[in-house]
Amino acid sequence: MKTMAQATEEVSYLEAISQALDEEMTEDERVFLMGEDIGTYGGAFKITEGFLQKYGEWRVLDTPLAESGFVGAAIGAAMMGLRPVVEMQFADFISCAFDQITEVAAKNHYRWGAAVPIVIRAPFGGGVHGGPFHSECPEGWFFHSPGLKLVAPSTPYDAKGLLKAAIRDPNPVIYFEHKFLYRRIKSVLPKEDFVVPLGKADVKRVGNDVSVITYGAMVHLALEAAQTLANEGIDLEVVDLRTLIPFDKEAIYSSVRKTSKAIILHEDNKTGGIGAEIAALLAEDCFDCLDGPIVRIAPPDTPVPFSTPLEEFFLPKTSDIVSAARKLAAY
Amino acid sequence: MDVAVTAKEIKRDDLLQMYQYLRLTRALEDRITALYRQGRIVGGVYTSHGMEAIAVGYASALERDDIIAPFHRDMGAFLIRGFTTGEILAQYLGKRTGPSKGKDGNVHMGDIKRGVFGFVSHLADNLPVAAGAALAFKIRGESRVVFAGTGDGGTSRGDFHEAMNFAAVRKLPVVLFCNNNQYAYSTPLRLQMAIPNVVDRAKAYGMPGEIVDGNDVAAVYLTAKRAIARARAGEGPTFLEFKTMRMHGHSEHDPAKYVPRKLLEEWKKKDPILITEQLLKQLGYAEEGYFQEVDERVKNEVEAGVEFAEQSPLPEGPEVLEGVFATRADSH
Ligand SMILES: Cc1ncc(C[n+]2csc(CCOP(=O)(O)OP(=O)(O)O)c2C)c(N)n1
Ligand SMILES: [Mg+2]
Repeated sequence: MKTMAQATEEVSYLEAISQALDEEMTEDERVFLMGEDIGTYGGAFKITEGFLQKYGEWRVLDTPLAESGFVGAAIGAAMMGLRPVVEMQFADFISCAFDQITEVAAKNHYRWGAAVPIVIRAPFGGGVHGGPFHSECPEGWFFHSPGLKLVAPSTPYDAKGLLKAAIRDPNPVIYFEHKFLYRRIKSVLPKEDFVVPLGKADVKRVGNDVSVITYGAMVHLALEAAQTLANEGIDLEVVDLRTLIPFDKEAIYSSVRKTSKAIILHEDNKTGGIGAEIAALLAEDCFDCLDGPIVRIAPPDTPVPFSTPLEEFFLPKTSDIVSAARKLAAY
Repeated sequence: MDVAVTAKEIKRDDLLQMYQYLRLTRALEDRITALYRQGRIVGGVYTSHGMEAIAVGYASALERDDIIAPFHRDMGAFLIRGFTTGEILAQYLGKRTGPSKGKDGNVHMGDIKRGVFGFVSHLADNLPVAAGAALAFKIRGESRVVFAGTGDGGTSRGDFHEAMNFAAVRKLPVVLFCNNNQYAYSTPLRLQMAIPNVVDRAKAYGMPGEIVDGNDVAAVYLTAKRAIARARAGEGPTFLEFKTMRMHGHSEHDPAKYVPRKLLEEWKKKDPILITEQLLKQLGYAEEGYFQEVDERVKNEVEAGVEFAEQSPLPEGPEVLEGVFATRADSH
């Protein structure tokens, strides 16, 4: 199996997800997988290739095409002591399971004390010519639903560590994995077991002048912008949220207290997005330390378009960050 | 029943026209596949290869005023409703002249004026919507009908069942269908449902259902006609299961190694174009040189489409902002 990579080899973001699933399934026999085409086919993106052969058909279940049905089933199995990890073929289809996620999984523990330890893997995001139904960033819908945890890794290390933490967490966790990063981002991972704790942000680049608060594929865009800006003497700090709920307020505040300038960057559309919440918190709690307006960079409020020039226009660009940072640095 | 005997109920010209649409669908989708392989089309390409008779048959059975909510393997329905090969190829190439002006790709196109609902990826999402269109016809006392469908996979979703139930309870003028092509992506029927035939689902809702040979355009047409007539007469919805086989991968990137080769070989003999050609010969409808003439015509139409699409402009970035809200409500 390709998930048995050598510890010195570079591992892609996709392989890191695969490894996390494989190791957790080996370690904990309560962990099992459900989803469309994840068994024989190994998943639309081949994350679970070979899993059916290795773990058998009762731990790798090809389901009927019915997201509400298999998420509901995961909730039931989780309450009976199993640890289901379900796959949305694309994050976009999570809308079909919205009711089970927000009304059942999110509220069970609050209402009657029943924990729902499930993980919903949701391949999200654009830049892959997917059009309106295969490119969405639906995290905003769930950001507003108390009782769910949301994670969105940007590197193979975080992808693996956060997935393990999500599987071990006693709550429903939606794991947003970015399709654009699957085969593009690689790194060497530690040999030994590790987790990345939920709720902890990570400073992906230390800088003094402007903070960029972001997550997912946008982290890489911010790092690119940081390189360009470094040549001009503008020192960007890139804060990767990694967990969207519960998010790491302290990490955001301490970065902004240092730089006094904040850019919030995400790929979900702007209005009512996660950036709005972070901006509001900064205004409430860090007003004294701000030396310029809080800037949000996010796509316009439209569906994700298909045609290349439209999608390029829609998605945030390095140049958007560069020009925003220049303006802020001048304050 | 002997195909040629039942096909005699169809007017010669109608049958010939359906044959031409089968050919045009095949040629257009083959061209789309070729463009995809060349990297000229980005994103997903789902074809109706080997299943063309379903959309061609049912769309030919409808009146112009009726509504179609097509499935993602119903290219023939678009052609019959007057979408040109140029428009369709422009859609696939993300051009401004495509029905969605570049905002969406592939078979995700629609046009309210031509009575075709835009497909939603989320399978079966359009079935309750189709029932709603039929409800409007019923409320207004119009004799129009809606024809809407999904795949075998799509019949597992709640929206399918909710649409079936509502349509039956209110005796709505809608025909709901399933293209049963044996697979939902890689998932075979036995992992999707515990019933031998999708049509069994209709009984649960008190709706008549019929199994139809989906590769026989004459059978599709005649059965669709009957179901449409029932709906138009106020007798309520019908469910049709078109038995067929997906002859290509789920989308063109998928080699479909999970499908037994033998199954494909068997179904290849039942190719809808082959069957229709035999039928036309048997009925003596095809005159000398007819097939060659169709070859020519279809090829020209597809190539004209390619030329139109290639010469069409791409949209410009800011056009993404257009059309989020309506300024007026068009209807059909
Ligand atoms: C709600 C939903 N979940 C998942 C998908 C991804 N998907 C697209 S087509 C498909 C299989 C469809 O099978 P079927 O309904 O039998 O239609 P076919 O493609 O075989 O004609 C899947 C899983 C989707 N489009 N919608
Ligand atoms: Mg199918």
